[in-house]
Amino acid sequence: MMGMEPGDHGGHSDEHDDESAGAKRTELPWRTALTRRGALLGMGAVAGIAAVDVGGFAYAGGWLRPDALTPPRFADRLEHVYGRHDGFRRNHAKGLSATGTFASTGAAAAICRAAVFQQGSVPLIGRFSLGGGLPDQADKRDTVRGLGLLLEADGQQWRTAMVNIPVFTDSTPQGFYERLLASKPLPDTGKPDPQKMAAFLDRHPETAAAMKIIKQSPPTSGFADSTFHGLNAFYFTNSAGATVPVRWSAIPQEAPAAPPAPASVSGKDYLFDDLIRAVAQRPLSWRLVITIGEPGDPTNDATKPWPQSRRSIEAGAITIAAVQTEEAGNARDINFDPLVLPDGITASDDPLPAARSAVYARSFTRRATEPKTPSEVNVSQVLR
Amino acid sequence: MTSETTTTPTRFALPSRILHWLMAPMVIAQLFIGVTMIASLSYYPLLLAIHRPLGVLILVFAVVRLVNRLTHKLPPFLATMSRAERRIASWSEYLLYALLLVQPLIGWAMLSAARFPIILVGPIHLPGIAPHNIDVYGVLRECHSVFAFLLFLTFTAHICAVLFHTLVLRDRLLDRMALWPTKPASPQRDETV
Repeated sequence: MMGMEPGDHGGHSDEHDDESAGAKRTELPWRTALTRRGALLGMGAVAGIAAVDVGGFAYAGGWLRPDALTPPRFADRLEHVYGRHDGFRRNHAKGLSATGTFASTGAAAAICRAAVFQQGSVPLIGRFSLGGGLPDQADKRDTVRGLGLLLEADGQQWRTAMVNIPVFTDSTPQGFYERLLASKPLPDTGKPDPQKMAAFLDRHPETAAAMKIIKQSPPTSGFADSTFHGLNAFYFTNSAGATVPVRWSAIPQEAPAAPPAPASVSGKDYLFDDLIRAVAQRPLSWRLVITIGEPGDPTNDATKPWPQSRRSIEAGAITIAAVQTEEAGNARDINFDPLVLPDGITASDDPLPAARSAVYARSFTRRATEPKTPSEVNVSQVLR
Repeated sequence: MTSETTTTPTRFALPSRILHWLMAPMVIAQLFIGVTMIASLSYYPLLLAIHRPLGVLILVFAVVRLVNRLTHKLPPFLATMSRAERRIASWSEYLLYALLLVQPLIGWAMLSAARFPIILVGPIHLPGIAPHNIDVYGVLRECHSVFAFLLFLTFTAHICAVLFHTLVLRDRLLDRMALWPTKPASPQRDETV
């Protein structure tokens, strides 16, 4: 196809040759007579259509809207606050890959037709992480801990990225975007500018309220005894077509340990190191608990908890059997996009998952095209 | 299909014209959906859910159209086109065919390399066509952007050229692709018979 010369077989028939084309151009009797006015009008129309075409394309792509909050600008802000670290996620950059299983009790099949909730066991890939875009930050007790999961059942994937806070800090992508800048540490103090943060909280009372709730459940001693929350509301639909709003959490099987004494938290990667040593001894398990919302429960605001009295279902056990240093082919290369959902789970009217999906995609594309450097957390060094 | 005499309208064959006008809105919509979704936080999932099956539909149509292209003869060029313009027109046609075939395949392959499910509608999935590899994804994703811009530029050049002929030269070039009734071509057309 591409090697074909114009006029070859299948090409335009070359019955009238080029020389014949030029000479009589203006005398063709079947053409409307050309006038200067007509030609100018025609050219104006062509230029107008081209302008609408190119302008519309550029507008749609965000290039003519410098103030619009787009996924690239979101990723830019994460890079502005945390610096650019080639090959790493723009947020939750420090992490550890994991593998295991999800053993479904079958109880959630009553409200969701996704194959993953049929009784039985499916493999999973997980990733433990710390919030923030610094891939080599020192572990701190208060840093948000994340658990991303990819479960696959019957050829359909379910990806979820959860964190160890009971509600999210922001109800909208715009709020998150503004908070990133307000909480950017100052170079001299290493802490956010208190005035900027106070001004942000004045403008965003939902974040101030969420922070109060978060303070009431202080972080546990480590990853192994952390409860991870999906936070955003989704809809489950069962085989009969009935749909209910849900949120989910992974609750540790092991009782929370007492907060460690300050002496034992000296290592830079102590949270990850403890996790690596724990998994080396025995698999760690979390109960996947599905909470069912009732009419009036907010599905569009992850800063607001649902009442404690809501019915919940023990969907099954998430078991982490092994952890791996991040490298090619494991959880490092997975985008824990919260909108990769199996048939039976759909997004709600919460604006965050759509924005997370869009920004994760941009982050994933950026790091995919960058050179990769080894992860700070190294399993073999810890177990040596 | 195409008569070589000068007394019949020198239109493209009917299947070619039908395929052209079926694909045109799909491709224009796809270009605008693609460029909109990567710049949108709220519409990204919805537009992506349309972009995937529409891309597959375009791929199917592009294959049918390639077969149609290879089995039908084209009408002659108009006398208003110079030798250089004819060459550009032919090469841009080949480029459009190549992009319409390759671009959906790259989209499909890049989702495969990123280990994403290739969801068409609800539970209907396509299989992966590339190894799970983030570097392969990175290369394919960049190609998808470059080819999208190339497709948009080629499309823009195509409509500008056709409109220039139709609105400025008034040579009724667009009639060759018309599905609507047009005045029959005059027998005095400038053809070298």
